[in-house]
Amino acid sequence: MLWLPHPVITTSPSLLTGCVALLCGWVLVGLAGLLRPGSVRFAGRTLFTLGAVLGLGLAALAGASLLSGGIERLTLPVGLPELPLHLRLDPLSSLFLLLLGASSFGISVFAGGYFREGEGALPGLLCLQYHLFLASMGGVLLANDAYGFLVAWEVMALSSYFLVTTQHRIPEIRRAGFLYLLMAHVGALCLLLCFGVLQGGSWLFTFHAMRAAHLSPGWAAVAFLLALVGFGAKAGLVPLHVWLPEAHPAAPSPVSALMSGVMLKTAVYGMLRVGLDLLGRPVWWWGLAPLILGLFTVFYGVLFAAVQTDMKRLLAYSSVENIGIVFAGIGLTIVFAGSGMKAVAALALLATLYHCLNHSFMKSLLFLGTGSVLHATGERNLGRLGGLIHRMPWVAWLTLIGTLAIAGLPPLNGFVSEWLLLQSFLFAGRLPHPFVNLLIPMGMALLVLAAALAGYVMVKFYGIIFLGQPREASLVRAHDCGLLERFGLLWLALGCLALGLFPLQVIRALGAVTGQLIGAVVPQGSPHWWLLAPVPARPVSYGPLVFLTATVAVVLLTALVVRLTYRQRVRRGPAWDCGFGAVTARMQDTAEGFGQPIRHLFQPFFEIERELPEPADREPRYRIAIRERIWRLIYEPISGAVGRLANTAARVQQGRISVYLLYSFATLLLLLAVALIS
Amino acid sequence: MTHLPLGQQLLDTCAALLLLLSFAMLSQRRVVTLVNLYAVQGAVLAAATLLLAWRTGEEHLYVSAALTLVLKVAFLPWLLHRLIRRLGVYWDTEPLLKVSGTMLVGLVIVVFAFSLAQPITRLASTDTRSAIGIAVSVVLLAFLMMITRRKAMSQVVGFLSMENGVFFGAMSASYGMPMVVELGVALDVLVAVLVLGVFFFQIRERFDSLDLHHLETLKERD
Repeated sequence: MLWLPHPVITTSPSLLTGCVALLCGWVLVGLAGLLRPGSVRFAGRTLFTLGAVLGLGLAALAGASLLSGGIERLTLPVGLPELPLHLRLDPLSSLFLLLLGASSFGISVFAGGYFREGEGALPGLLCLQYHLFLASMGGVLLANDAYGFLVAWEVMALSSYFLVTTQHRIPEIRRAGFLYLLMAHVGALCLLLCFGVLQGGSWLFTFHAMRAAHLSPGWAAVAFLLALVGFGAKAGLVPLHVWLPEAHPAAPSPVSALMSGVMLKTAVYGMLRVGLDLLGRPVWWWGLAPLILGLFTVFYGVLFAAVQTDMKRLLAYSSVENIGIVFAGIGLTIVFAGSGMKAVAALALLATLYHCLNHSFMKSLLFLGTGSVLHATGERNLGRLGGLIHRMPWVAWLTLIGTLAIAGLPPLNGFVSEWLLLQSFLFAGRLPHPFVNLLIPMGMALLVLAAALAGYVMVKFYGIIFLGQPREASLVRAHDCGLLERFGLLWLALGCLALGLFPLQVIRALGAVTGQLIGAVVPQGSPHWWLLAPVPARPVSYGPLVFLTATVAVVLLTALVVRLTYRQRVRRGPAWDCGFGAVTARMQDTAEGFGQPIRHLFQPFFEIERELPEPADREPRYRIAIRERIWRLIYEPISGAVGRLANTAARVQQGRISVYLLYSFATLLLLLAVALIS
Repeated sequence: MTHLPLGQQLLDTCAALLLLLSFAMLSQRRVVTLVNLYAVQGAVLAAATLLLAWRTGEEHLYVSAALTLVLKVAFLPWLLHRLIRRLGVYWDTEPLLKVSGTMLVGLVIVVFAFSLAQPITRLASTDTRSAIGIAVSVVLLAFLMMITRRKAMSQVVGFLSMENGVFFGAMSASYGMPMVVELGVALDVLVAVLVLGVFFFQIRERFDSLDLHHLETLKERD
């Protein structure tokens, strides 16, 4: 095992100053959008591209900080009188800043080409909200005191709320925005309480003081639970995920990409920061809560993704699933770390962080891809798409990379992190706790099932949108995306490829983070630079480059053999139509049809409302609405109780001035009487 | 029995008159008379201030007395009379609580106010400290009047009378407030009455009446 020395604390915060300058740059770019708010050329193309370049700079600085592994601190004289703004750049925040900068580069470039003339909101206003959103996420990652953290957190929630409700004239979107804001505030309230507990009676709200505070075990558990609820609500942990499938489809696609790809990760960052850094030594059984919730979320998310018919909702549920994987990883890390198994804890944490990076690239890529499809066709419903690979080859091929990555196929990045997580799950049998060491491997089985179902979901997603024949006549007019959009998609696709093909280099860079949080790094068990062997005790290894080479070689060889064998003897004819005479686009499998087996198998999870066509209908349409049972089980009772409580409180409002005067009179008399007695 | 100095006796008389006037206002249903009573209350207040100024030699109290005389005896009653004439509200309708009941509640309040004023009386170093209880009673009685009346006009008079009580309280506890505060309060009262005058016209225009129960519909749910 390789033990890291205590991280170096540098005195000159040069990288941190650079990061802060770039965040301020984002704010300025956003404000510049107000100079000519109506101009798509200026606010859309120029400023978004400028913002993208700043993002790239941020990624470079964060990368440099991650490789150096040092900690930089800075105190800015703004904020409350007693509490100036503390900032800190350490490996954990560097990693997430890198994620923010690199993903936002692709998304911002894409967004530069995405916003068109006369589409709802003013581009300048969107530019302001978008860049404020970016800067506030950076602020969350850099904050080193609870006040700064929560202010940035709230700015993040508000700016993203306005981005979600860009098309606020549509009632459903307003409703989705409200739901998002509500859940964000429930979460923020929990975080406020969490920091209140964490200060541990010192009434100092810097993270430094919180690390030093000695909490009793009970209070520490309360703080952990509050953090889990607070960050879980932002990340979309079941049952707090309800806003996610509403808000993601409502937002413009670059915003969905940013929210799903980056914002959810800030919640993961917060969970890691509180759970593994501020709380010091975690107790092992705390980890069971995120582990169980995470595993349930994985399964729940993928099931609902399988039955969706709206492509962006499908992706939103897929995000829920991936957040579940990440939280399961966090839970596993805490269980291992609390049980003294540092090396395995580092492996689990590594898998978690790796999955965050991966998901940020692949989910952004997919959301942007759906954005292009939405722009080209005006259609989000899978039932009205199809065959787009012929009309939008760029989008289709680049999205394919994201689809394969998120389905967890080697040699792409999704496979690496899931494989690493499964490896760390295999160690659960060695935990010194009875029952738990038997139950956790069962959770792994659930994870594997979910990974398989995720593949199924992605086949549905890609197959129905891009393959087959167009289901609507209007799809013939669909056009491929523009240059900037292509570049954005390409960047993210290359990110997926790079993360998949060079896992060793990524793992080495992540070593600083695991060293900081766990005190251990994952060793490289193999002497070869291309072979990943994270567990020296076991003969497991993975060489993505070998895999890629073999795959490419097999494909090329097959093509060659086919060409040589059947040269000049290839006959092109119509596909066999099973004797029907005319095969139409309506005979293809639909999104509903593809999801039917899942719907059937896991019926108890869904609340299904079917609309069957009449027998005599010449153009039969089959409609199905699927709701989550969680609404009826949890949210409707809560909202009903709140409504009743509000009605009771409303009785105070009598409408009569005399009664109001009587209230103040009675209050006055009461206070005077209290003053008299005391 | 100790003999109080003449000035002190006169001041106590003024205080008693203020309390009596408060009760008179509480029982009065004619709006015109109510305004007149308010003017008389202002005059008694001005007299008391003048008396106190003469006894203590505090110069700013003379200014206070002049201000009271101009504002509360002359200007505001004139303004209110004009409003009454233009709006045609000479009578308040039956109060929410019967007059006799209101008087009984008022008695209880006066007892409460005096017991409340006791600790303050012990702390205060002024000659007039015995009047603090009366000042608190005047405030609370005016408040009670605002609660029991239906017409907006009576409530405004109640509000003004309450200000009288506050003024008297400050005077008897510490020979008046600083000049700036007093000027500020006077200005506040003036502006409040002017704004409320505008409100009266708006309310009447909207509901064809100044009866406040029309405003009861302005709540969110039934």
